[in-house]
Amino acid sequence: MLFKLSFQNIKKSIKDYAIYFFTLILGVAIFYVFNSIETQSAMLAVSSDTREIIELLTTTLSGVSVFIAFVLGFLVIYASRFLMKRRNKEFGLYLVLGMGKRKVSLILFFETLLIGIISLVVGLVIGVAASQLTSVFVAKMFEADMTKYQFIFSKDACIKTVLYFAIIYLIVILFNTFSINKCKLIDLFQGGKKSESVKVKNSWVCIIVFVIAVALLGSAYYHVTGGYEDIQKMNQILWYIAMGCIGTFLIFWSLSGLLLKVVSSMKGIYYKGLNSFTFRQLSSRVNTNVFSMTIICLMLFITICVLGSGLTVRNSMVANLNELAPADIQFCQFYEDEEYTKKQKNNIDTPILELYQKFGCDLKSYFKEYVQFYMYATPECTMGDTLGSAMEEITKQFLFLQYDTQEKIIKLSDYNNLAKLYGKETFSIKEDEYIVVADFDAMVTVRNAGLQAGTKLSLFGHNLKPKYKECKDGFIEMSGGHLNEGIFIVPDSVVDESYRNREYVIANYNTNSKDKIAKIEKEIESMKNTKDYVMPGTDTRTEIADASIGLGAIVSFIGLYIGLIFLISGASILALKELSESADNLERFRMLRKLGVDEKQMNRALFRQTSFFFVFPLTLAIIHSVFGMKFSVKILEMFGSEMMIPSIIMTSVILFVIYGGYFVITYFSGRSMIKE
Amino acid sequence: MENILKIDQIEKYYGSKVNLTKAIDDISFQVDEGEFVAIMGASGSGKTTLLNCISTIDRVTTGHIYVGGEDITKLKGNALNKFRREKLGFIFQDFNLLDTMTAYENIALALSIQNVPAAKIDSKVQKVAKELDIESVLQKYPYQMSGGQKQRVASARAIITDPKLILADEPTGALDSKAAKLLLERFAYLNKNLKATILMVTHDSFTASYAGRIIFIKDGRIFHELHRGQDSRKDFFDKIIDVVTLLGGDLNDAL
Repeated sequence: MLFKLSFQNIKKSIKDYAIYFFTLILGVAIFYVFNSIETQSAMLAVSSDTREIIELLTTTLSGVSVFIAFVLGFLVIYASRFLMKRRNKEFGLYLVLGMGKRKVSLILFFETLLIGIISLVVGLVIGVAASQLTSVFVAKMFEADMTKYQFIFSKDACIKTVLYFAIIYLIVILFNTFSINKCKLIDLFQGGKKSESVKVKNSWVCIIVFVIAVALLGSAYYHVTGGYEDIQKMNQILWYIAMGCIGTFLIFWSLSGLLLKVVSSMKGIYYKGLNSFTFRQLSSRVNTNVFSMTIICLMLFITICVLGSGLTVRNSMVANLNELAPADIQFCQFYEDEEYTKKQKNNIDTPILELYQKFGCDLKSYFKEYVQFYMYATPECTMGDTLGSAMEEITKQFLFLQYDTQEKIIKLSDYNNLAKLYGKETFSIKEDEYIVVADFDAMVTVRNAGLQAGTKLSLFGHNLKPKYKECKDGFIEMSGGHLNEGIFIVPDSVVDESYRNREYVIANYNTNSKDKIAKIEKEIESMKNTKDYVMPGTDTRTEIADASIGLGAIVSFIGLYIGLIFLISGASILALKELSESADNLERFRMLRKLGVDEKQMNRALFRQTSFFFVFPLTLAIIHSVFGMKFSVKILEMFGSEMMIPSIIMTSVILFVIYGGYFVITYFSGRSMIKE
Repeated sequence: MENILKIDQIEKYYGSKVNLTKAIDDISFQVDEGEFVAIMGASGSGKTTLLNCISTIDRVTTGHIYVGGEDITKLKGNALNKFRREKLGFIFQDFNLLDTMTAYENIALALSIQNVPAAKIDSKVQKVAKELDIESVLQKYPYQMSGGQKQRVASARAIITDPKLILADEPTGALDSKAAKLLLERFAYLNKNLKATILMVTHDSFTASYAGRIIFIKDGRIFHELHRGQDSRKDFFDKIIDVVTLLGGDLNDAL
């Protein structure tokens, strides 16, 4: 009997619950898809390195899932309490009819259970279906080929989803029971009556507050983008974030008053058709929802930034690979290390190729071409020395630099040989000149200051002056990012061979076959340090590729995961808020109908009201994001940011589909609610 | 005088063939231009149904209703909406003002949905506000006003479009006696000085006594009709009480 009542309640209020269902189903589906990535990637043909990265990804994602579960939990509790409030009268009626509070709780229990089961089942079905498609995406992320297509179902992810959501629903049930037990009958009956009085803010106060808000935001924008070099401490960034949040709140606080002032002064527009009605509806909606609009705006902002930057990092990493790892393999032997034994130290200057020969590995036979050279360092030439008169200025800006680090020095001929192998620009200098190459942006700034000052170096008894007033782009070591902090190229004749600091061999294989390369690298890998000799460290293009693709993929997946959940949370709260006043709305539209307003006009009014309500937070979030992205791009600079456009397009598409979806559902449910 | 409203043998049935309720059972009457007519009846007598049919919110089962010579029972869809916003003015028991808008905007809305240019709206609103003595509350919101003020604002909204016919459904129902008296005096003023045609539904004898003619309805039929003629309001009120007494228990909530 009670169960039947619950069932019919749901059926009856399916319109009210549409948003709730939609959100739950999306939440379940997203949760499943991201937790089943391991299964999705199981059939990919990937290297063991990538496999490890996927494992790392899975672990990270399951950690993030806990956080996501909290977000979803809050969302579901919020939404269910919200829907309960709208049914206060119904519960009041049950209580008046003599039904005990325990029984009312039981009705609610069945309802939640039913909704929970339906949404779980539907969400899982959608999730499983979606994961068939996303596995293609996963494969693309890891640049892997799908060996063969097969149906993917992850039992673990399924169990995990059911478990997490069961806990969420359980908490919802507890909350409902608690609030039913606590409530008074009179409150339930009067709950339906609107107690909201239209709070009208003084429009001059609004204008002043709005100006303050714009100033706050403007200053925060400026500091995180243009003036970002000033930011040295974390708490400064937090301060700008706080400024941004307060600014956002104040914008929404003053928005309706400001718009009222502006729009109502344009009498021709304001008193045209239903405009005044629509506008007043909207402004009262904005006025009463300042706090939630702020939260939603910030959530959207995070969504856009996280999606945008996450995808950018991944795309850039892949795109930069050819540029950053232009050769197949690099060996690097350090001449000094505290861990070396005495014997090892004695033998350390054995040339790399000879060393391998000794252990029966003829490297040269694998190489099509190679470059061998040394790098030098001397206490005569530290970072402090290279900055010269610019030192004072730089110290103020960059607190964390270590000025006693010895600079890396390389002979011009060696650099040019390497540049030819890498396919990069070669240089020529006079006997008394030097050049700095660097590609790590923050350090480029530091170096340029030193070069601008025309700092002279005294090296091994020679005096050198900078050839260029700025750093040249370039690097020696292959890596996953722009990490070269600066290398000094000097004339060959200057260098004193006794200051050798390390030896490099950088080479290309004489084969392109993946299998053969794997075999060579396995052989090189098998050479271990011995009692007498230290083997050089190696970096291969394959490793760098796997690592950067993997890192990019991890960042993207986490970005997508958090972004999607924040997006549906924000959009659903907005939708619920908009629909919450449908009872009042019904009254208002009924009145308009009596006044003789056409249905079409009323629908248009509702459409405008809903769309503006959705557009306000989105617009501000997009403005925030423009600056937020600029900032995050600077932070993520070493990964490169050349691939912005595709990820912005992708972010827009995701935003459009989900946010737009919520808007459409909200509009149509709103429309069906105002229909007689 | 021109016939503003002509009701011609209308009937309104509810329910199925087996269980038929006649809410209106063959009612005919006419309202001339500049008349102030009250319709009285007990709860369930069919007076609200009658008003709903005239206001095209409900449809008659048979019969015709002519407003200004036009048969409104034949109207459909947007033509109905057009008729409502151009020919009728409404005043409701619970005011039905939009709570998000000021009094001024509520009144102006009636004009702006008729696409009256904004430049003309202001002078019209000021004029009607003066007539209904609500100039001081124009910038207030409904929740800042008293019931009487709200109902006068609603009345201003109803007459500002110069409707052929003003329909008032228990306009004093939610007002205290002082506010009710003030409102009804305004109705009488509008009727006398601006020649507004008013059709008012009420079950309150005092309210009805301000009208020029009263139609009593019982069980969906016209039961009696009273003309005020040259009587004072007090005398007319006594006559009404007589009829109500005659109606006996049926109109026992009339006082």
